[in-house]
Amino acid sequence: MLFEQIAKNKRKTIVLFVGFFLFMGIVGAALGYYLLSAWIPGVVIALITGIVYAGYMFSQSTDVVMSMNHAQEITNSDQAPDLWHIVEDMALVANVPMPRVFIIDDPSPNAFATGNDPEHAAVAATTGILSVLTREELEGVMAHEMTHVRNYDIRLQTIAVAMTSAIAMLANFGTHFWYFGGNRRSNDKEGNIVAMVASILVLVLAPVAATMVQLAISRNREFLADAGAVELTRNPQGLIQALNKISNSEPMSDENVSPESAALYISNPLQTKKLTNLFSTHPPMTERIAALKRM
Amino acid sequence: MIGWIIFGIVVVLILLWVGIYNGLVQARMRTQESWSQIDVQLKRRNDLIPNLVETVKGSAKFEQGTLEKVVSLRNAITQTPTSDHQKTMALSDQLTNGLKSIFAVAEAYPDLKASNQYNKLMEELSNTENKIAYSRQLFNTTTANYNTKLQSFPTNLIAKLHSFKPSEFLETPAEEREVVKVSFNDQGL
Repeated sequence: MLFEQIAKNKRKTIVLFVGFFLFMGIVGAALGYYLLSAWIPGVVIALITGIVYAGYMFSQSTDVVMSMNHAQEITNSDQAPDLWHIVEDMALVANVPMPRVFIIDDPSPNAFATGNDPEHAAVAATTGILSVLTREELEGVMAHEMTHVRNYDIRLQTIAVAMTSAIAMLANFGTHFWYFGGNRRSNDKEGNIVAMVASILVLVLAPVAATMVQLAISRNREFLADAGAVELTRNPQGLIQALNKISNSEPMSDENVSPESAALYISNPLQTKKLTNLFSTHPPMTERIAALKRM
Repeated sequence: MIGWIIFGIVVVLILLWVGIYNGLVQARMRTQESWSQIDVQLKRRNDLIPNLVETVKGSAKFEQGTLEKVVSLRNAITQTPTSDHQKTMALSDQLTNGLKSIFAVAEAYPDLKASNQYNKLMEELSNTENKIAYSRQLFNTTTANYNTKLQSFPTNLIAKLHSFKPSEFLETPAEEREVVKVSFNDQGL
């Protein structure tokens, strides 16, 4: 069961990579063709950019994701004894090395895990979750995160976040091109074409980004991590109460969360009205709690 | 031709044999590693206990023998060979109860509760107690994996031939086995 999940995650990570490079190649070919009238240099430039970006994200993913979410690392148990000891306990029972520990200064209770593999993993918790949850409840949440670590969910999800942000960046770039082209449209034929390409790019890019996230973060993943958490703590009540408290509280402030990494969190950290359809990566809390109660 | 077929079958069998044997060795090693996790925590607790006794001795009145019992249990654990898992854990459970009674008595002494040193010790000890419980659970998980391997076909044949012995589960103390009861009225917020 665990090994199947790990194998599946590794397969999906490869699919994600291939999809990303295909996509970069197509974008490069289109840009190259319209800007330089030759598609090959476009593809080469796009693929090199893609490889450099992917390499950078792969080696720095934890730090990048943590700074995207304004998380501060803590390095010894005195800075947050309860959190530190609970993470230690859960790493112990999940039989994975102690991950790095981060804290996000936000009153809304939430938490996530990231990293490339169990040896290079990190968990983050908001100051809200530390003050609102009891020890037992926080154990449930950290066990949930440790299951993501053990399953290699973190690698898949982190890569998905990196690629979604790259595409979001391209889409942004495309939008600016469109404005730029729009200004010169009257006296420049080239500008017209560029504007057209750019707007098509924008149209295509956003749904692709969303689909990639959807592909990587199937809703099933959260149910599996909840089940894994109970296997570690042997205490479904702790996690049930934690999820109840989390779902009854305010969302996190937009300054702290980047929408691309929303899928990493144990509970959707964004305002539920916004982006619900595009990024609905979390199963409804009531269903998760119902599943836990049946255990 | 037939010679080659037989040769091929023999090679496949040898490879299977080696694979299964190595799998068994690895599973057995996991149980030993998880035992050493428990051992580390037991040692850590043993190191903390003299400090605790020193700290509480002067400032609180205990029933005759409470502290002595804890100290003698601690010494009994250090003298038990670590290979005797069952005895070590039985003593450890008694020691856990002994520590609980010390903490219960200390509750009544505000001076003690206000002391930094006492609070630090108490935090470290409860952290160690948690880790003992969790590493015991890990040990039982690795033991279950290993024992399942020993019993399933065809691994059991190879295990018999190389006389692999099953690993023994660690009993969970009775009070921990009770289902945790939680009221739904205190869901805050």
